[in-house]
This record gives sequence, C-alpha cells and structure tokens, in this order.
Amino acid sequence: MSQAHFDYLLRLGDTSLVLAQQLGEWVGHAPALEEDLGLANIALDLLGQARLLLSYAGELEGCGRDEDALAFLRDVPQFRNLALAEQPNGDFAATIVRQFLLDAYQRELYGDLSHSKDGRLAGIAAKALKETQYHWRFSSRWLVRLGDGTEESHRRVELALAELWPYTNEMFDVDATDRAMEEAGVGPSLAAIEPRWRAAVLAILVEATLVAPKDRGKLTAGKRGLHGEALGFLLADMQFLQRAYPGAQW
Amino acid sequence: MTEARTDWPLWEVFIRSRAGLEHKHAGSLHAADATMAIEHGRDLYTRRMEGVSIWVVRSSDLVASDPGEGAALFEPARDKVYRHPTFYDIPDEVKNL
Repeated sequence: MSQAHFDYLLRLGDTSLVLAQQLGEWVGHAPALEEDLGLANIALDLLGQARLLLSYAGELEGCGRDEDALAFLRDVPQFRNLALAEQPNGDFAATIVRQFLLDAYQRELYGDLSHSKDGRLAGIAAKALKETQYHWRFSSRWLVRLGDGTEESHRRVELALAELWPYTNEMFDVDATDRAMEEAGVGPSLAAIEPRWRAAVLAILVEATLVAPKDRGKLTAGKRGLHGEALGFLLADMQFLQRAYPGAQW
Repeated sequence: MTEARTDWPLWEVFIRSRAGLEHKHAGSLHAADATMAIEHGRDLYTRRMEGVSIWVVRSSDLVASDPGEGAALFEPARDKVYRHPTFYDIPDEVKNL
C-alpha cells in the first residue's frame, strides 16, 4: 500500500464527508421546505461519495478499517479534508458560497479523476461527477439569485465570499502527495484544474454582480491534517454515537 | 419562512415516469421562478427515481372546472356505458393501457 494513495483517497473522502455533515445540519432549518430537501439531497450524494472513497481507502490500507472506522474513529488531526469544507454553515449565503466554491472544484476534479489510471477511483469519480454537476447547478443558481437579489442578500453573499475565498488557495497547493498521485497517473494536475475552476467561478460571479476578492496569501492545510476548531465540534457531533456506544448498529 | 412562502408563488409539478408515458400530476411546490421550480421538482418529486422528465406550471395559470357545475358537466356520461372500450380483448403483451 502506498501511503500517498491512502492519504489521497482520505482527502477526497473526508472533504465530501465533512461537507455532507454540514449540509445535514440544515435539515429542518433551511429558508423553505424545498431548499431543506435540496440541501439534504446534496448531503446524501456527498455522503455516498465519502462511503465509496473511505471504503476503498480502508481496503487499500489493509489494516481492517472499514468506512465506519475511518469516519467515526479518527480524531481531528487524522482528517484530511480541505479546510474550506469545515468552515461553519453561517447563514444561508455562507453555506451557498462554500458549496459553490467546492462544487466548482469537485466538478473539475471528478471530471479528470474519471480518467484516472486507478480504475476503481475512476468509477467512483464518474458517478460523483453526475451528482456534482447538479450540485454546481444548484449552488451557482443560488449564488446569482443572492448576489443579484436584494441589497441585503447581496451584502450577505459578498461578506461570505470575502470570508471564504482565502480558503480556496489550498485547493491548488500541490504537495508531495498530490505530486506522487499525479506522477502515478492516479490524480489530475491541480495546475491544470486551477484555470478551469477560476474561469467557471468568475463567470458566475459576474452574473451575480460580485467581484472575486483579492488574494491575501492565506494558505490552510486541512489536507495535511491542520484544522481549525470548527472541525472538532463537527466531529464531536458526528462521532458521538460510535464513541459512546462502540459498535452500535441500527 | 413565512416571508418566503408569501414571496414565492405556487407551482404545479407533473412528472413523466418513463419515456412513452404521459406526465402525471405529482404535487405542488413553492419557487421564485421557473428554473427554481424545475430544481425543486427534481429535489422533491424524483428522489426515488420516479421520473425522466418534469413539467412545471404556475398554479395561477391553471383553469379549473367549477365543482358546482359537476352535475351538468359529468353526469350525462353516466348512462353511456357503450363509450367504454370494454368489448375488446387486450393481448397480455400490451402494457400501460
């Protein structure tokens, strides 16, 4: 087993898992019943992706850890999700901006990964790509509605964008794991994805009468296990049952 | 939430379950515009693979018959049993009839 391959799958799986958990928190709280279900649907798609990716990672590791062991029995520093995914839900605008930025990323990433030399990963990516195309449609339409909506919705979405934009640098920060996976033909070139991501995001921002914030050089490293306190609270909630009642099933 | 409900008009949703079948009324939803109505229709009414196509129409654009006129509109058909095509043998292979 290659450590890089395992870590790479965790990065993909954890980003989807953490985002799924976040969106799940909206259930019962979204601005309208219809949005409540829309967000829950996206959460379930992401959870499905996480299950496939973490199951695969567990098999590759060969230490007997399954998807549940990886999801519920790792602590904060072992999580490899992008820091953007763990940023708090905030208001509806913040949730939409976070989703929009990540959807644009996953759409490019899964598109390329569906041609990965790792056949199993390519299969997972091809399935995830279809889901992500819908997520992107959902979040980008909402971004335009909020940005080009009322004064208040514009103000809120602008604020969320300024807050979350700096976390996007991490998406394209190539490290040893990314490099090893690219060389092995497993992962795509992040340098090639970046301009496509930027073009897609900027086109929607224009439509939403928003401007991309200036880069402030902030660089998070969630994918190397460095997380903010928000992830701790999220995991406490998500992992409570398995921690309190090990092996509990329903 | 109350505000959203008064802001967003009501839409009627029609789902085609398979190619070749007609669209059937599935229910209604609230949405700000046609695009959102299609998205909500997808999210609310096709979660269990119910559909391959969605129609939405503003509820206010539907014209309905008056229940008070029910007798005049529908009762004359009651004694005209010969209009039912019940005199044909339908082969087993024919579905959805």
